Amino acid sequence: MNIHEYQAKALLKGFGAPVAEGVAILKVEEAEAAAKSLPGPLYVVKSQIHAGGRGKGKFKELGPDAKGGVRLAKSIEEVVSHARDMLGNTLVTAQTGDAGKQVNRLYIEDGADIDRELYCSLLVDRSVGQVAFVVSTEGGMDIEAVAHDTPEKIHTIAIEPEAGVTDADVAAISKALELSGAAADDAKALFPALYKAFVEKDMALLEVNPLIVMKDGHLRVLDAKMSFDGNALFRHGDVRALRDETEEDAKEIEASKWDLAYVALDGNIGCMVNGAGLAMATMDIIKLYGKEPANFCDVGGGAGKEKVAAAFKIITADPKVEGILVNIFGGIMKCDVIAEGVVAAVQEVGLKVPLVVRLEGTNVELGKKILNESGLAITAADDLDDAAKKIVAAINA
Amino acid sequence: MSILVNKDTKVLVQGLTGKTGTFHTEQALAYYGTQMVGGIHPKKGGETWTGSKGESLPIFATVAEAKEATGADASVIYVPPAGAADAIIEAIDAEIPFITCITEGIPVMDMVRVKARLDRSKSRLLGPNCPGVLTPEECKIGIMPGSIFRKGSVGIVSRSGTLTYEAVFQTSNEGLGQTTAVGIGGDPVKGTEFIDILEMFLADDATQSIIMIGEIGGSAEEDAAQFLIDEAKKGRKKPMAGFIAGRTAPKGRTMGHAGAVVSGGKGDAESKIAAMEAAGIKVSPSPARLGTTLVEVLKG
Repeated sequence: MNIHEYQAKALLKGFGAPVAEGVAILKVEEAEAAAKSLPGPLYVVKSQIHAGGRGKGKFKELGPDAKGGVRLAKSIEEVVSHARDMLGNTLVTAQTGDAGKQVNRLYIEDGADIDRELYCSLLVDRSVGQVAFVVSTEGGMDIEAVAHDTPEKIHTIAIEPEAGVTDADVAAISKALELSGAAADDAKALFPALYKAFVEKDMALLEVNPLIVMKDGHLRVLDAKMSFDGNALFRHGDVRALRDETEEDAKEIEASKWDLAYVALDGNIGCMVNGAGLAMATMDIIKLYGKEPANFCDVGGGAGKEKVAAAFKIITADPKVEGILVNIFGGIMKCDVIAEGVVAAVQEVGLKVPLVVRLEGTNVELGKKILNESGLAITAADDLDDAAKKIVAAINA
Repeated sequence: MSILVNKDTKVLVQGLTGKTGTFHTEQALAYYGTQMVGGIHPKKGGETWTGSKGESLPIFATVAEAKEATGADASVIYVPPAGAADAIIEAIDAEIPFITCITEGIPVMDMVRVKARLDRSKSRLLGPNCPGVLTPEECKIGIMPGSIFRKGSVGIVSRSGTLTYEAVFQTSNEGLGQTTAVGIGGDPVKGTEFIDILEMFLADDATQSIIMIGEIGGSAEEDAAQFLIDEAKKGRKKPMAGFIAGRTAPKGRTMGHAGAVVSGGKGDAESKIAAMEAAGIKVSPSPARLGTTLVEVLKG
């Protein structure tokens, strides 16, 4: 689960990290009061969407020469004018795709005098099974490009979970970032605070890009991107409350209510599969036969018939879907449960597109029997290859 | 021969009394008499578990007590996500040599905590978020469907549960059969990695060929490929086929498995396929052709 920059900064502030003062607004009318509450005279007006590349992004509704999604303002009037320009319009960035994202919230922040821009992120380094800081002196830019072009400028410092961030770790991070003076002093509090926030809130990623050294020598978190481990949200009601559903695909929201692993895609073959690997492989084989999947959907191992029916309904409700492939290799999932769920869903919402079902594994005979006796127009497939061929043929017919 | 488990393996069940634990313990008992020797429940120690066909197993309050009483050398965990990490740690503390965690959805930070304990322990952990391990006609730990297996010569290792079944099913249909199939699980922080299992398969005389199935995310496949290249230089090499799931997955999106995400410019399918092919693995373009691809490799 992702949250907005202003929410991430508020959360980090609670852990003692230095962030600028700022106010989030939803309406242009709120811009003036927001700006007046800040020290000035320099302000930053930042689009709040769940995608990066905002500064270089372009608004669809404005001309190609208009400024991007993050703008400097030198007066309160300029703040208001930017707010009018940005709110409600569609920002297209390198990460949003061509459709862009509507800007429904702005964050108006106190400006900073920047001396150096650094990069700092925390993530779980799976090669060692520990949380690691990834830092670079090359902040403010696309870190993937830095990693690709100049990998020697990226430093990874893994943290022993039982010791936490030690003085030696702080020294290593500070050295990698070439910090000195006030910044090096700030580092002693900042890096342990970031780690504490990451661990306590079960984050998946915390990216501060840039982390800045200001002209006065102090550190400040200038931007913050935060995402959380979906498997740990059950113990963080405060984090769940930060969810902005307007940023998410409606089908994905519905799927998440059922605890389904669902990702909306652009193709036209709907897929319902058990197991993430098989679900990805099913997408791959559809593509191999020249078509595109409409979604990734893993109904998981422990699903009951209601959950299976819910998944099936989400897939059939997608107007792009011209055919459905159900591919189940039952282990923990029983084929009869899948069959019952599919039959229940079809009886409720009908079936307007071809449906190919491949069942194998636990209780396969029972599952096939339920489908056969349902009287529904279901094409049975013997194996994955056969299933993919049949659904592609049905759509092409 | 086989790896990890055989007919002598004695298995405890943590989470036996739940619906999932009960169902799969019944299946395991029905699979060539896998030696399921007891269950753990903190409040039901001393009671007896009864399956739907009248099977019964003693329940113990703690893993340590169960190990002492039964001589178990393995444990399988079906405990729900919020308590699964503590269940693994309890098994580690009881010095169970081989722990398999089936549970899906354990918070990553919990596994970071488990991993720190595991690294200085005597235990091996398989999983979490994995289907377990099965040695045909001898021992079934976890949730793999026993009916698709056939005793034979292929070692199978996979990050994906259901793709493990595909590989098993297809190698059975080709008449090759399996020595052991191992699902290492789809989480980013886990116990056993590809390299550990590949080492065991290379050392196992009965395993004449290997299927390795990876997926997007992380660099475990690349690490495994490097390991195979290094071992081949020492003259240790077996015919291998493979598959990588997620060629068509969009970047930056987590595909079901917490570990299956292409991020930071790393973990995409193409680099994994290239690494595996460089290590001499014939990578099948289709998950439906794992068996036939291996047959082609074996024919040379």
